[in-house]
Amino acid sequence: MADETKHIVTSFGIDLKKLHDMIAVMGGLVERALADASAALLERDAVLAARVVEMDPKIDAEERAVEQFAVRLLALRQPVADDLRQVIQALKVVTDLERIGDYAANIAKRSLVLNQMASSFSLSGLGQMALLVQQNLKSSIDAVGDADPQKAVAVWRADQMVDDLYNTIFRELITYMMEDARSITACTHLLFIAKNLERIGDHTTNIAELTYYAVTGQALPDFRPKGDQTSAYFPANT
Amino acid sequence: MELANRPTHETAVSGTYTPAPPPAVPPSNVRVAIRNLNFYYGSTHALKNVTIDYIDRQTTAMIGPSGCGKSTLLRVLNRMYDLYPGQRAEGEVLIGGDNIIAPDQNLTQLRRRVGMVFQKPTPFPKSIYENVVFGVRLHEKLSKAEMDERVEWSLTRAALWNEVKDRLHSSALGLSGGQQQRLCIARSIAVRPDVLLLDEPTSALDPISTLKIEELIDELKRDFTIIIVTHNMQQAGRCADQVAFFYLGELVEVGPSSEIFTAPRERRTQEYITGRFG
Repeated sequence: MADETKHIVTSFGIDLKKLHDMIAVMGGLVERALADASAALLERDAVLAARVVEMDPKIDAEERAVEQFAVRLLALRQPVADDLRQVIQALKVVTDLERIGDYAANIAKRSLVLNQMASSFSLSGLGQMALLVQQNLKSSIDAVGDADPQKAVAVWRADQMVDDLYNTIFRELITYMMEDARSITACTHLLFIAKNLERIGDHTTNIAELTYYAVTGQALPDFRPKGDQTSAYFPANT
Repeated sequence: MELANRPTHETAVSGTYTPAPPPAVPPSNVRVAIRNLNFYYGSTHALKNVTIDYIDRQTTAMIGPSGCGKSTLLRVLNRMYDLYPGQRAEGEVLIGGDNIIAPDQNLTQLRRRVGMVFQKPTPFPKSIYENVVFGVRLHEKLSKAEMDERVEWSLTRAALWNEVKDRLHSSALGLSGGQQQRLCIARSIAVRPDVLLLDEPTSALDPISTLKIEELIDELKRDFTIIIVTHNMQQAGRCADQVAFFYLGELVEVGPSSEIFTAPRERRTQEYITGRFG
């Protein structure tokens, strides 16, 4: 990918390129799923939501295809150094992408439930969070494709803002629920949606870390300063 | 950690990395210390300013394309080049504090301390027993019982004893290729050297015999410092604690095998081990 020098065995280079292309395809599907799930939520679009749910098995199938291909590469080519790191990256990135697909489907399902309720809440906070998460996801998938460690670091840093937004929404929803117990069902769904978006942000960060490792051979540090401990008061909160 | 100071792809493998020079006085766990070694075949400069440490009771694999100087370096370590006129070495090769390329070095003693096994099995056309005792007789006066004991010890360490104990006095040439190579290893360790040099010891062997030799290398490094030249990258990864990559007579990079094969620091190393050279 980043390396301009070609492999002596051309078919090996072709295989690695194919692996990359497969991740790009899967990344595209997952981006689409997240964008549609967000739109379904914000626009109360049941048709779109159903489409996201239907897309999930396709994403899972892509994951299996990449895994099989990566295992084949490991067995037949015995890659080392940056080649090995690329294959490991592929194996792990698709796991993160698959999880993101699951979260998107979950958001879509919850949006269908929310559609049944007369909701008077402003969704602008969630909308903002969803947009940010989508941008980060796109950047992290681009970073994989471009083998760009700087872009990966930028995504890795940007996730802090997603976490901050999550904490804001969390507090906001708690307030609603305390004001009016009848809002608890809707707010709980919204809270889970916010949590799903926050988790998508974490998987996006993982993808960025994997890219940084694949390209540079170095691991990003384990810690990224975590600020607010809001959700720590609620151990059941996952 | 400040990200700005972390190496990116550009600095990580672009060849700007310069290893810290090893200390002039090698640490105590170093069995063989090479300092600024230059080697010439007539006017050809085959090794250029090589400085490397071989750690006691560890295996070091030397890799690199043909003609990169790795076999030349092995030939320096037991002064085999002395047999040929016009070949000369400059610098220091320290084994236990002695510079073994100094002219006053006793070569017979040196070759007892530094054993060597070649690419193709080279048993003498003698019995298995005679092959093992050949070197021992040159250096030590042992009784028959002591000699028998040494033969059993050597063959056991070379993982060959069980296969040949009932035919010690039959010809070594009747053994299979893999057995012959293990016999050569037994012959080398019979004189109890400090260092064992293996020059592509498995390139002429089938995969199973190869694995037996690799298992043996793992066993032997408990007692000996092992230096192996190999063209088989996986073998270097499997056997060696540290790997040294040579190119055009220069030592490009040396480091723990796990680092060399997952995240080498030099672009030339990466291109060679991933098969992108040239």
